[in-house]
Amino acid sequence: MTNIFSFEVLSGVLRTMIALSTPFLFAALGETFSQLSGVVNLGVDGIMLLAGFFAFYAVLLTGNVWLGLLLAMFIGLLMGLIMSLVSVTLKAQQGISGIGLQIFGLGMSSLLFKVLVGTVKTVSGFAPIKIPLLGDIPFFGPILFRNNFLVYAAFLLVPVSWWILEKTTLGLKIKAVGQNPAAADSVGINVNRIRYFSVCLGAILAGVAGAALSISVANLFQDNLTAGQGFIAVALVYFGGWSPIGVLGGALLFSFATSAQLWLQVLGIQVPASLAVMLPYILTIIVLTISVNRGKQPAALNKQFFRGEN
Amino acid sequence: MAGMIQRIEMKGIVKRFPGVLACDRVDFDLCAGEVHALLGENGAGKSTLMKMLYGMYPIDEGAIFIDGVERRFRSPADALDAGIGMIHQHFMLVPTMTVAQNVALGQKSSKGFVLDLDRVTERICQLSADYGLKVNPHDLVGHLSVGEQQRVEIIKALSHGASVIILDEPTAVLTPQEVDDLFVVLRKMVHEGHGLVFISHKLHEVTALCDRITVLRDGRRMGTRPAAGVQRNELIKMMVGRELKALEHRGYTPGIERLSIRDLRASGDRGVETIAGINLAVQAGEILGIAGVSGNGQLELAECLIGVRKADSGNILLNGADVAGMSLNERISRGMAIIPEERMRDGAVNDFSVLENVFLHDHKDKAFRQGIFLDFKKMAVHAGKLVHDFAVKTPSLETPIKNLSGGNIQKLIMARELSRKPTVLIAAQPTRGVDIGASEYIHQRLLVQRDAGMAILLISEDLDELYELSDRIAVMYEGQIMGIFARQDTDIQTLGLLMAGIKPGDSPKAGSLIAACED
Repeated sequence: MTNIFSFEVLSGVLRTMIALSTPFLFAALGETFSQLSGVVNLGVDGIMLLAGFFAFYAVLLTGNVWLGLLLAMFIGLLMGLIMSLVSVTLKAQQGISGIGLQIFGLGMSSLLFKVLVGTVKTVSGFAPIKIPLLGDIPFFGPILFRNNFLVYAAFLLVPVSWWILEKTTLGLKIKAVGQNPAAADSVGINVNRIRYFSVCLGAILAGVAGAALSISVANLFQDNLTAGQGFIAVALVYFGGWSPIGVLGGALLFSFATSAQLWLQVLGIQVPASLAVMLPYILTIIVLTISVNRGKQPAALNKQFFRGEN
Repeated sequence: MAGMIQRIEMKGIVKRFPGVLACDRVDFDLCAGEVHALLGENGAGKSTLMKMLYGMYPIDEGAIFIDGVERRFRSPADALDAGIGMIHQHFMLVPTMTVAQNVALGQKSSKGFVLDLDRVTERICQLSADYGLKVNPHDLVGHLSVGEQQRVEIIKALSHGASVIILDEPTAVLTPQEVDDLFVVLRKMVHEGHGLVFISHKLHEVTALCDRITVLRDGRRMGTRPAAGVQRNELIKMMVGRELKALEHRGYTPGIERLSIRDLRASGDRGVETIAGINLAVQAGEILGIAGVSGNGQLELAECLIGVRKADSGNILLNGADVAGMSLNERISRGMAIIPEERMRDGAVNDFSVLENVFLHDHKDKAFRQGIFLDFKKMAVHAGKLVHDFAVKTPSLETPIKNLSGGNIQKLIMARELSRKPTVLIAAQPTRGVDIGASEYIHQRLLVQRDAGMAILLISEDLDELYELSDRIAVMYEGQIMGIFARQDTDIQTLGLLMAGIKPGDSPKAGSLIAACED
């Protein structure tokens, strides 16, 4: 039996962790923008599925990963526009419209997959790019610096998101709209426009997260490919206290749990497979129960804005 | 200053809301360098009129002229661009952000997309020094007192370049000293050439500060008077449509102790101790007033007394029995009645009818039941009697209570509570948001009950009200009682200092605003 605490296994677990964290990062950072502006988008998982399917299908047909990524972003944008229209303009309950989006994405991706593809096929997704010199560092090199474009982009998105939220006028507006939309409105900020922007940005990033799953991590598509990862991403936003840095920590923790359970199975450790698969979800519940971030929650989260009613 | 507005004219302004004519052909004008008061009762249309000037509501009819040019504002952004700022009754601040971030919000940054908080901070310090508005740009707004938040709002408006500023009930949340300080700032702004609109329903403030006074009633302009030499009675008559009766005070002959609070301690919603050892007693036939700036534990005190907040320690004796551990229900059956501070949240169910609201508690009473069923005939008779006795204006007993005015809802709640013949009444902010006519009625009723031997604990932020009604006044500050006075033994100045936490003999600290930016 392989020693599970060996250097090779640890390196393998960490490499898988980095790869698996990519979809979490894109989806959760996107959802952070959306929620900071006051809109909970529970449809992240559905967006990931439909966008993931289209990315996969484009690559299957053309072999062009960039086309796949672009298409995924476009699908994300479309679904973001639907979410904004229903919850911002028409002021429907955000939870309900998000769930609607999720069910639509799940069903539609499954239908299109059956009609257009039929059986599970693999594609060659984004290829790893080795960063010169850094990629040769022992142990860390293979883990951190021999990844593909999407992985680098996901990790770069963390400081970029932080910078936008903390250091720009746009970030200030987004946060103000989520904390006190009436105050933002009273100084001439268009509340609905900011919410549309944030929700759509979040949805585009959810689309990228879907592509990251289908043409970067798994390189295939199947029914319910996400297995609820979009919902975990929403939970990560709460866990991370609506901050990109917190989201990064959460994404790494959860992808580590997923990676560890995969390796447990690979190594043939005697753990019932279904129990191992449950690990990340159990962790979600435990961590969300322990981490109390209520004080940081945007005050206008999940609340519609009507001018002049306060 | 260049680009300052010289004159604003609003002509024939009409605004309709569903079922209500909020403004009916109202004219209003403002010149640079003056304070023009908008005086009127709640619901008279003052805020609505000004929200139209600030671009928050579209105008149905009429026109706005700025320096002779007609302007149409579609949003507050347009009004801000034109040089009009507004300080709302409920502050428009983001509590989780710093003062500087709040001021930067909505303004163009000198660095384009990137925030330039250093420049905003500089500007805040400059305005702070120019106008004597003491604030620290780096403080989190959520940690500031109400008075400080108001200063941030004024700085915000000034830094947006507003030359005309609308102040919507700016004194409602301030201590008397803070009001004096605010007036100093406002006079300075007027001296610099700003034009101010001062919305209020407090006559003495309006006559002390303003140059001209326009009175609105039921959406109509009743007239404009120069503030100098105007008669108080004339203004009241314009506001209310009739003259007020003077309150009748009978002699003070307190009886037995009805309510006694002993060393009460309790925590607020955030787990911090907000009631820090309170001792109070209310006797039959007296009104004990609780004065204090909002947020000093009055709300929690009321909640402890009625039993919706658990006391950490201490006793509450109601007619001699310790009720601290008892439910609200048990307290009511032992003679307590409640007029809650948040009347629409805790005092009534908005969508229920007048009748249903009368029986929110007493539906259990056997007198209104037939076996397990409610006896609606008897209930209607009882509710009808209360509506009649307390002059509640309602189209019918079936009308949802949310369609009634604040004053009528409050009268109904009072009728309901008093109909149980309680011995102790906890009245929290009984006339907040209530029009003058209904306030007068509620005050008279409270005095009648006192004369009939009820023990009344009156919590109010309105010092005038406390003075009118209370036999004794206790001042609350940070969860403690700073002192208890017989009404005739104290004055507003002393109370105001105590409300700010300054005991007689202390050197003044919070009271004065010194223009400074410490660094």
